[in-house]
Amino acid sequence: MIRPPLGPFRLASGGRIDRQEPLTFTFDGVPYVGFRGDTLASALLANGVRAVARSFKYHRPRGIFSAGEEEPCALVEIGEGHARVPNCRATVVPLEEGLVAASQSGWPSVNFDLGRMVDFTHPLWPAGFYNKTFKWPNWKTWEGLVRRAAGLGRPLEGPDPDRYEQVNAHCDLLICGGGPAGLMAAQVAASAGLRVILAEQSPDCGGVLNSENIELDDQHGSDWATRTVSRLREQPNVLLLEHTVVTGVYDHNVTTLLQTGQGSTWRECLWTVRPRHVLLASGAIEQGLIFPNNDRPGIMLAGALRHYVNRHAVVPGTAVVVATNNDSAYQTVFDLLHLQVPVSAVVDSRESISPALQKRLQMAGAELIQGACISDTRGFGGLRSVRIARHEGTDLGHRACDLLAVSGGWAPRVHLLAHARGTLRFDEPSQSFVPDRLPAAWSVTGAASGMQHLQQTLDDAALAARRISEQLGHPADDLAVPQVTRGMVEPAEVGAQRPTASRKRQWIDLAHDVTLGDAELAVREGFVSVEHFKRYTTTGMSVDQGKTGNLNAFIVLGALTGRATGEVGTTTFRPPYVPVTLGAMAGIRSGEFYAPRRLLPAHLMHQKLQGQFEDYGWQRPDAYPRPGESLHDAVQREVLAVRSTVGVFDNSPIGKLEVRGPDAARFLDRVYINNVSGLPVGRVRYGLMLNENGVIIDDGVFIRLAQDRFLLNTTSGGAGRIAGMLEEWLQCEWRDLRVLVDDLTTQWACFTVAGPRARDVLTALGTDIDLAPAALPHMAAACGLVAALQSRVARVSFSGELSYEISVPARCASALLEAILAAGQPFGIEPYGIESLMVLRAEKGYLHVGTDTDGSTTPDDVGWGEVARRKAGDFIGKRSLERPANRATDRKQFVGLEPIDPGRALRPGSHLLIGADRQPPAVTDGWVTSACHSPTLDRAIGLAMLRGGRSRIGEIVTVCDEEQRFNVKVVAPVFYDPANARLNT
Amino acid sequence: MLLIKCPYCGVRDQTEFRCGGEASRARPDHPEHISDPDWAQYLFYRENPKGLLRERWVHRYGCGQWFIVSRDTVTHDILDSLPMGDLPPKGRDAP
Amino acid sequence: MVATSYSAFSLLRHALTGHRHWPRTWRDPEPKEHYDVVIIGGGGHGLATAYYLATRHGIRNVAVLEKSWLGGGNSGRNTQVSRSNYFYPESGAFYEHSLRLFEGLARELDFNVMFSQRGILSICHSAHEMEIYRRWANAIRMNGIDSRLLSRDEVRQRVPQLNLDCRFPVTGGFIQERGGISRHDAVAWGYARKASAAGVDILQRCEVQGMESSDSRVTAVRTNRGRISADRFALCVAGHSSQLAAMAGLQLPIVTIPLQALVTEPVRPVFDTVMMSARIHVYVSQSDRGEIVIGGGADLYNSYAQRGSLNTQLDTLAALVELLPMFSRLRMMRHWAGACDMAYDVSPIVGKTPVENLYVSTGWGTGGYKAIPAGGDTLAWTIVHDRPHELLRPFQLDRFSSGRLIDEGAASGVAH
Repeated sequence: MIRPPLGPFRLASGGRIDRQEPLTFTFDGVPYVGFRGDTLASALLANGVRAVARSFKYHRPRGIFSAGEEEPCALVEIGEGHARVPNCRATVVPLEEGLVAASQSGWPSVNFDLGRMVDFTHPLWPAGFYNKTFKWPNWKTWEGLVRRAAGLGRPLEGPDPDRYEQVNAHCDLLICGGGPAGLMAAQVAASAGLRVILAEQSPDCGGVLNSENIELDDQHGSDWATRTVSRLREQPNVLLLEHTVVTGVYDHNVTTLLQTGQGSTWRECLWTVRPRHVLLASGAIEQGLIFPNNDRPGIMLAGALRHYVNRHAVVPGTAVVVATNNDSAYQTVFDLLHLQVPVSAVVDSRESISPALQKRLQMAGAELIQGACISDTRGFGGLRSVRIARHEGTDLGHRACDLLAVSGGWAPRVHLLAHARGTLRFDEPSQSFVPDRLPAAWSVTGAASGMQHLQQTLDDAALAARRISEQLGHPADDLAVPQVTRGMVEPAEVGAQRPTASRKRQWIDLAHDVTLGDAELAVREGFVSVEHFKRYTTTGMSVDQGKTGNLNAFIVLGALTGRATGEVGTTTFRPPYVPVTLGAMAGIRSGEFYAPRRLLPAHLMHQKLQGQFEDYGWQRPDAYPRPGESLHDAVQREVLAVRSTVGVFDNSPIGKLEVRGPDAARFLDRVYINNVSGLPVGRVRYGLMLNENGVIIDDGVFIRLAQDRFLLNTTSGGAGRIAGMLEEWLQCEWRDLRVLVDDLTTQWACFTVAGPRARDVLTALGTDIDLAPAALPHMAAACGLVAALQSRVARVSFSGELSYEISVPARCASALLEAILAAGQPFGIEPYGIESLMVLRAEKGYLHVGTDTDGSTTPDDVGWGEVARRKAGDFIGKRSLERPANRATDRKQFVGLEPIDPGRALRPGSHLLIGADRQPPAVTDGWVTSACHSPTLDRAIGLAMLRGGRSRIGEIVTVCDEEQRFNVKVVAPVFYDPANARLNT
Repeated sequence: MLLIKCPYCGVRDQTEFRCGGEASRARPDHPEHISDPDWAQYLFYRENPKGLLRERWVHRYGCGQWFIVSRDTVTHDILDSLPMGDLPPKGRDAP
Repeated sequence: MVATSYSAFSLLRHALTGHRHWPRTWRDPEPKEHYDVVIIGGGGHGLATAYYLATRHGIRNVAVLEKSWLGGGNSGRNTQVSRSNYFYPESGAFYEHSLRLFEGLARELDFNVMFSQRGILSICHSAHEMEIYRRWANAIRMNGIDSRLLSRDEVRQRVPQLNLDCRFPVTGGFIQERGGISRHDAVAWGYARKASAAGVDILQRCEVQGMESSDSRVTAVRTNRGRISADRFALCVAGHSSQLAAMAGLQLPIVTIPLQALVTEPVRPVFDTVMMSARIHVYVSQSDRGEIVIGGGADLYNSYAQRGSLNTQLDTLAALVELLPMFSRLRMMRHWAGACDMAYDVSPIVGKTPVENLYVSTGWGTGGYKAIPAGGDTLAWTIVHDRPHELLRPFQLDRFSSGRLIDEGAASGVAH
């Protein structure tokens, strides 16, 4: 086998990479080779790629700054075509064979970007410059330009090819983080028998154990992690999720986790976990240092450098300088020197460094410069040298270097704690915000709680897990805590950030290009509240949400305003901890899964009949067009069939609520504006229901099945809502009434046979019910056999024709429809759909609640005022009808409309102005609610709500519809058979 | 996402429930005898405390029962859930 | 102090001196003992009211009391939409006044509020819904305001990314071209700057802890920065109206609920309108920074927590991905919630109260941002004249007794 090229910056040995598995990938079209175990960032560094992005505002070249999800600079696009993802952090993208990555900023290329003009003219673009300019001649002139300059990656152009999953889970203990603390705690909790979920965002548990040279019980830390993980995996009460980041904590500790699929059929999975207790073991994030020109490629967090050196065997430079304000960066020096990589200087901003450390450094042969800082850096496309100066200003000259490791201290990862409403306090020694008050059912351990020492972390994690287990009723056994036999240098006392006085720019937020000068300007202009400061400078508002910069920003703000950092406080930590793919939040809920379709019980029959379906909450046929026939023509044909002979309509979705009990009639008297208790058994009445505000919320007929038993029909969309409302009244207000409500809507199928020959069809169907008008008149109901099926037949009509509603158990729907069509064939029966029903009822002027009424319509508006007024007892909404607004004479009232030109179609949604030939703008006098071409009358008709309409019958009003104006005549809202002769045959 | 305890079914997700607002409102026994402002008080005015609120919830996708929850409107902590009848209606006919 | 005017020229001039001489955007004064008018609440509405009192009515002895930082409530946590596409003439007239003020706001305030009139597109998903939208769009025209019905094809042209054949296929929509989005912080800061320059004292970190009254008048407020008396008081405290009103012994017909919004990571310009769907409940736009700004339904329970529930967020994103599948691979960067004061009819309550010298501006529901200029202008007029401004007459407290509600939701044709 030919050994692949290692890449110029790859060490010949070491690291946790699989050198037997080289992986080729491309960045900006150039092919490179890395290894299994690399991230995109480590592979790019190994290959000597320094600039991978251009900065947001100034278009300065930027390299890889960190080794985790906190990366502020190295945002790239991954993938091609529809699988492309913008704004990926190169630092967390695992390297795969054939990976295609590209820089997403910079034109024409990331190495030569014309946008750099902004950098060369940077004094013109201070924070908030856009507030002060682009007003002339107007924003629109400039907007396109500014918008094109903003944004990061390119979004997708087509649909997402991947699938996403969602999982719900419960557990006793959720451990956030699989580093040493998380693993230790998981072990203890698991042995106590708790159901544990441990989530670790990186591909493998271990955290610092995998990137530092730590030994536990004389073995490499990563071996301990591996052993622990395999032990945990064997335990049935532990769910160990790698590639899984805890993204947010919501009310009552409901927590979301985002898992990345590894060769799964899904790309990402969103977990919703409801833990009894949460243990935060999320570690800490190293912060940057503020100094002039601190943004060049080659400047990297010291811990990140250790990560690349130890884990990936990459030393991305040849000459190294370390700058720090705490002890932890010294570990980087020792690690590098151990590998014979020279470190030319350690610049420590503190005045005094522990003698032990000084001695160790001396022995290693690195120069220590105390009480100093970096005063400038050079290098156009990447770092070439740094300049060092003492705090008081003494210049110590340049040092050539292509790699600068920086450490500005460590910020505990407390985001999730803050989501859960824990509070933070500023800890002076560590110069960071640490947990203060914990939320209920929360614990924090390890670096996340501000601990520095690994042994302390392990001991505390074990203790915390024991305590939690006991609290949850699972006493834990003693479990040996491993001893740290080789540790790392801990941060110890952290020196406060001391930005030097310099006219050069010093970056606070690399991601959004916010500089110290911006901060000073913000303070000068009065944006001193931490939230104002954030919004004015946009610090921490980019995709990294300030993970490596916010702490410094708060410290700087404190210094600039003479406040302690604790007094400045922090901005609000809001979910998600890291950005979450929208597709994962949507899950499978798209397309057919967005809303399930509700099918009629006889759906297949309607399909056979060539029904044209529409979604009305239920899939219902609008009409049944014949081949070559338009929907309009089909409707006209079906209406004429009902008027001239007979038709059948599937009315199954109509709401069917059974209300029974000794107080049923009393209750319904309060529910309807109509009298209910006076209705004889076997009779049917039409009723309106109001809400307490006096507005019509539903209508329909109700049947008295027995003295104490009623069947209420509601609108098809209203069944659940009305059933719920009746329950609320019964359970919350009228608890003394003995009434039960059952929603039987889906239990019964219901077919309407309507037309002059309807009775003949029923007779032909075969029934033992006496159909004689005297025995079963209009608005009466009876039970019996129809077509050998147990049925209830009600003589009610929404078409104005002789009409029977036949209800049978839902499972008999197809059988009954088939029987009706067969029995009706000699009479020319035709199925008719919703659209045809709407024409039939419009010809009759029957109200359709939700079409003719809206959320302001009262009974009087639609001609039911007398009934409401005459009713003796109280009913829901009655009192509201007495208010001035309800008694006003200029309310809109239900009327009919006839265009002067009978062929001129009215359109629902047109507005009306009283008088002929009017022109808007004007206060509207009403609107057309329903309209159609009436085949029966062969003319256009409409129904409308018109101001004072009942007293305007015969007047001319103007229809206003978009640009159209024409005159129509106001008529009574009944166009056909006003005497109801056809109903009562 | 709230986790709500139904007194009949136990702790369930918020998605199974619907909130009906302030629990202590009561319909006047004789609406016809009260003034427009008093009727408006019953119709439109609800307790809106910053802190503990007794409100009614219904286990809509469960047992269908209304019950009373004491919830903090700032922290969303739920102190208790009681069956509907356990709370005496207040202010009946005393608008 | 002399306010520096903002322009490309002044920016250039200050660049030469390293931006070291920009003055404060607003003064940071100590509270006086007495003011002509004290406005409680330093959000958009409070600041705008102060600005118009000082500049249109010459009342400069005004304080705005803000318990935290100005513009930090709903003014700084909304989706920045302005529109006047309302059904009822009362709403149309008020919000059109606001939209017109927005159109001139950058010039008026000498502060670029980045008002981008990219059109408000409402899409619909059935023939019946199209009828309701026709009625709505025609109503807007009757009010003398621009609106245009769009066919399905026209919607496709306007938003090529839209999945027209989603679960509820798009049948069309209507658009108000003059509607748009602006920068919320800039609106609050712009008003604050000019109000301060006109003499208004903006008192941040000044929390009202109690009120003193006599003879059904408020005489003073007690704050953590001392007692402050005034002739007139105005409450402009969205999300806390009930608490502040209670200090004056007043109950408001308001409940406070959370409304969430979220933004994705920024991407290149791709979406150049504001689109909303009521059936597949989501609204979406792209900010000038490139973030896709997404809103959806409110959580229907009382809350002051300024946090919404996860399930509402998931519902909103399912709706978004259903309509705009191309956004599926984008990532949510941040989400938040505001506390919305809702009246029964979800219309505002602005004007006088039963307490003689106390004025209120509340009930802005989920849409108070767009009302900031008109709300401030008309409330200032109302305070000066001690009677409701013409445009505010329909939005008084008495509508709850008279039954003259202005229920825009009811007019959408869905009975409730």
